[in-house]
Amino acid sequence: MAAGAGFLLDLGFGLLLLAVATFALRTRTTYAAVVGFVAFGVLLALVWFRLGAADVAITEAAIGSGLTGLLLLNASAMLRHTESAAVGLQTRLPVRAAAFVAAAAVAAGLAVAVLALPSPAPTLAPMAVAGAPATGLGNPVAATLMAFRATDTLLEKVVLLLAIIGIWSLARDELWGGRPGRRHEADPKGTLVFFARLLPPVGIVFGVYLLFVGADHPGGAFQGGTILAAMWLLAIMARLSDTPAIDGRWLRFWLIAGPAAFVLVGLAGLALGEAFLAYPQPFAKPIILGIELAKIVTVAVTLAMLVAGPPERPGNPHR
Amino acid sequence: MLIDFFSAALIGTGAFFFIAGTVGLLRFPDTLTRLHALTKADNLGIGLIVIGLLPRVADVWTAAKLVAVWALILLASATVAQLAGHSARREKGSR
Repeated sequence: MAAGAGFLLDLGFGLLLLAVATFALRTRTTYAAVVGFVAFGVLLALVWFRLGAADVAITEAAIGSGLTGLLLLNASAMLRHTESAAVGLQTRLPVRAAAFVAAAAVAAGLAVAVLALPSPAPTLAPMAVAGAPATGLGNPVAATLMAFRATDTLLEKVVLLLAIIGIWSLARDELWGGRPGRRHEADPKGTLVFFARLLPPVGIVFGVYLLFVGADHPGGAFQGGTILAAMWLLAIMARLSDTPAIDGRWLRFWLIAGPAAFVLVGLAGLALGEAFLAYPQPFAKPIILGIELAKIVTVAVTLAMLVAGPPERPGNPHR
Repeated sequence: MLIDFFSAALIGTGAFFFIAGTVGLLRFPDTLTRLHALTKADNLGIGLIVIGLLPRVADVWTAAKLVAVWALILLASATVAQLAGHSARREKGSR
């Protein structure tokens, strides 16, 4: 009975995901497609949770759906003046047929690959669980990200830095060193300002909580950093704060703090004779928490600046 | 047994409010009435579901988390409804 109910729930989620994905692809306006994408991400997070992957679920909800959705919304707002022209365009039939064939081939290939997996699928999970106590972390996902696959996690942070440089390089020459995004308008006695004063204390506590709880339970610096970034963006939108000029020293310091701490620890591991990113055993957990603390600020600042976009206003003239 | 009945009744009523709110969202004629249907029904629905879940949780911390989730959803949905309503009215006025 219980298994049957679970199966019905999974079937419902699967059909709903397909329906929302179809909506997002078929709908005519970019804005509606982005709304469909966000709904798809939230549903996908629920599916990850059903699969027992709570860490992935939180990441999908915060970054896959929330942050990426916000970036896409910004992009769709910028494209609004080209929207009417684009809606009238009809791709030629051969192109659409080729796209259909390519997409169907990819889907079929993925289906074959998944169905051809031996059952039970090959997995390194038991090794990760067995090795986790050596790192002092109770959450094997955190142990994998911060110890067994630390190089991957380090390079992820570097990719984020490259993304920021890419966005900033879209600035017009005379605005280099200016402030990203436009200055937002907000009624100082309005709802948004009230909300932006009320929510950040709760959000900041929750973001830092996600970082610390991530050692032993689902969570981590990336998820926590996303929430901190959202709180900062909320204050910026309510005009309680402003985006910093992109040549500011503190901004640049925090943008590189996370990867820099990671690289320093990695080099120290090399110098002390073991290997790049080898943590000395008894101090593994404090070192990892130290990296994570630097990382959460870096993630928060990086993600907020990604959403804020390229500089659009002159910064401080005296700098 | 009594607790099970209590939970089922409250969660069922909460789900009913969600369905009613969704019907309102789909059927009502303009933005403001749709927002009304959505937020009223969602707030009541989530509140009833949280009350229904409270007697079933393992400890006080989980219960506190559930109540915090409820409070945050109330805050967020009330704020977003206000903002969406404002912008809908402004668009109407400028036309």
